[in-house]
Amino acid sequence: MSDRVAIIGIGFTSLQPSTPHASFKELMFEAAQKAYHDAGVEPSEIDSFVTCAEDLNEGLSIFDEYTPDQLGAVQKPMHTLTQDGLHGIADALMQIRSGIAELVVVEAHSKASNIKTPEWLLDYALDPLYNRPLGFNPHALAGLEMNVFLHETGISAEQCAQVAVKNRTNALRNPIAAYPLALTPMYVESSPYVSYPLREAEIAERADGCAVVVLANEKRAHRAQSKPAWVHGVGFANDSATLESRDWVRAEYVRIAAERAYRQAAIQNPRAIHLFEVDDTYAYKELQHLIALGLYSEPAEAGRSVEAGETKPDGKMPVNVSGGVLGMGLPLEASGLYRIVEIVLQLRGQAGMRQLPNARIGLAQSWRGVPTTSGAVVILGAE
Amino acid sequence: MRKVAVIGAGMTKFMHRALETPKELAWLAAKPALDSAEMKLNQIDCVVVGSAPDAFDGLHMKGEYLSDGCGAWKKPYLRCYVGGGTGVYAVAQAWFHVASGLFDTALVICEEKMSSCLPHPQAAFLTIFDHITEQPLKPNLLWIFALEQNRYMQTYGIALKDIAAVSVKNKRNALDHPAAQLGAKLTVEDVLASEIMAWPVHRLMVSPTSDGAAAVVLAEEETARRISDTPVWIQGVGWCLDTTYWTNRDLAYPEYVEKAAWMAYRMAGIREPRKEINIAEPYDPFAYKELHHLEGLQLAPKGQAPKLLADGVFDRDGDLPVTPSGGLLGVGNPIAAAGLMKICELFWQLRGEAGKRQVPGKAERGVAQAWGDLMQVGTVVVMGTREPV
Repeated sequence: MSDRVAIIGIGFTSLQPSTPHASFKELMFEAAQKAYHDAGVEPSEIDSFVTCAEDLNEGLSIFDEYTPDQLGAVQKPMHTLTQDGLHGIADALMQIRSGIAELVVVEAHSKASNIKTPEWLLDYALDPLYNRPLGFNPHALAGLEMNVFLHETGISAEQCAQVAVKNRTNALRNPIAAYPLALTPMYVESSPYVSYPLREAEIAERADGCAVVVLANEKRAHRAQSKPAWVHGVGFANDSATLESRDWVRAEYVRIAAERAYRQAAIQNPRAIHLFEVDDTYAYKELQHLIALGLYSEPAEAGRSVEAGETKPDGKMPVNVSGGVLGMGLPLEASGLYRIVEIVLQLRGQAGMRQLPNARIGLAQSWRGVPTTSGAVVILGAE
Repeated sequence: MRKVAVIGAGMTKFMHRALETPKELAWLAAKPALDSAEMKLNQIDCVVVGSAPDAFDGLHMKGEYLSDGCGAWKKPYLRCYVGGGTGVYAVAQAWFHVASGLFDTALVICEEKMSSCLPHPQAAFLTIFDHITEQPLKPNLLWIFALEQNRYMQTYGIALKDIAAVSVKNKRNALDHPAAQLGAKLTVEDVLASEIMAWPVHRLMVSPTSDGAAAVVLAEEETARRISDTPVWIQGVGWCLDTTYWTNRDLAYPEYVEKAAWMAYRMAGIREPRKEINIAEPYDPFAYKELHHLEGLQLAPKGQAPKLLADGVFDRDGDLPVTPSGGLLGVGNPIAAAGLMKICELFWQLRGEAGKRQVPGKAERGVAQAWGDLMQVGTVVVMGTREPV
């Protein structure tokens, strides 16, 4: 892209199953302070802020009301996006490229442990006339989708289980992950079905946490304290919100988002990217998303690839070295920002035990969970 | 920074209880907006939706639900909001989508269906308050606006009848708006004789709850010129959010509106707003808010807006026509859609297409403003017939 934008600061809390010691404001304060310190900026220098949040997850209406004080955003431009953190990155990039801001902060968090009845809440995301009266648990949609996905692509349930094994094992080397576990395929395959053929061990558990990212234009990025991670491309898209008219086999939202991001980043062959952090809310979703990213010549190859260990940290194409949301926990709208955090750490060479050699270009991808068809792709590079 | 213009606008009728679903309302506004630009959906690069609390519709992830009704199928799609300020903010959001160079055209839709919240959407507003310090007091919007109106009146010595005059003007203006819900011919006495909701707020000083949607089409310079002979340019955008702790703020003057306005004015190259702006569409969910906002927008000195109103300056044929549409008091208040309705009004006024509502003379520049959250956010868009500087 011509007007270059970079991530110059990241701040995050560790992901935890619950955080009774801190309010959402305190989580935000912690992450924001770390991010500003990392970037070497004062909150007063920041031109604009974005918060990614959903009212019903917060238990508050019009969530941006509750953001300015702990972020240092009082009497500054701030708005809510009811999307994933990666959409927030796209939003910040557009603000910077339009010239109205030099420094933009994106915040996303999860206080999922406050939601007593998460499945009930998801029920309210279903069409109130056609779908909600059927009274099913929304995970059933993932079961249905997985079934048709396996049927159409020839990928096996065992291959999907390998994703859960890989990601939760990867999380063992991530100090901020909430659900690391050394597990075997047997463990996954003997866990109960939640909605056939989807098993309990293949579903990401929710976690609390907050991530804050500071973005800057080229001029400002060169003055940053930390090594900038340049945004090479962004894309976001929706397929149909209506269950009856969407594509159940292909993740069209990812294909469309990736197409845009690849074009901006001038990437002909996505295999040239060094690491991938893709959504794995359900184990099969990682494979579906990798296929939509155009990494395989035929869909079935995705299954063979995970089986052969190609997507392991020491494989040819590392996917979810961080542990993904299966290993780290699902922090609702912050999922995408934690993917960004991992890529920035890898590009900077600060990923500790899980540092990959030669990580210079990374791709983050998000999906907003059932029942949505909303996703985003961000490509970051060290140069 | 690329130049961006509005090239089409459309809206549904604002009404008490629409039979359409929220998706249908969204499309019923989007279609006329596309038609007025003589465009098809496949010429739209991205869709931006504004819709305020999810609680009205009883929907979780309302943006995702609305997406296909908004024509966002297989398109880049974002839903943004800043409470009541959403309608005007959504245009700022779409402006930077296009100005950034990522997209050439954008469809902006704001939709709200409040009537599905029973028995009254006021109950949903309880959830905008802090759950520890405020919700136990069972506050509602009338309650906090009564506080603010009282503070405004006390600080500047404003009489209730001066505020009632806003309702009279706006509801009269709305009689000429084909989409209006509550146009009426009233006198100041009628307004003051209406029921007191929360002193000093009377029933006729309050906008109704409504169902409705509005939409505009934005395009970058080249596309705008190809498609339209009379594009209306977006000259400036601004938005500003104040602290959560509204109780610590001096409610007499909206500083956040002033900051948002100057952000937009600086971009538009405006130094003397009072001289350089021809039409204003400030946010008027309550009668006093129009005056309050005119002061924040620098279109009247502090505490002086009521006097200018009494002098007829803000009438449709006055020196500075204010809310020629009829505003939220007259046309109706489907939260986010009401703000975008104001942008639609500027579009029609500046193109000379406002029919019976057309202000006399040749207006070159207008400002639309909305406000929301906990008396906390100001959003401002400046539009004009001249290309941005």
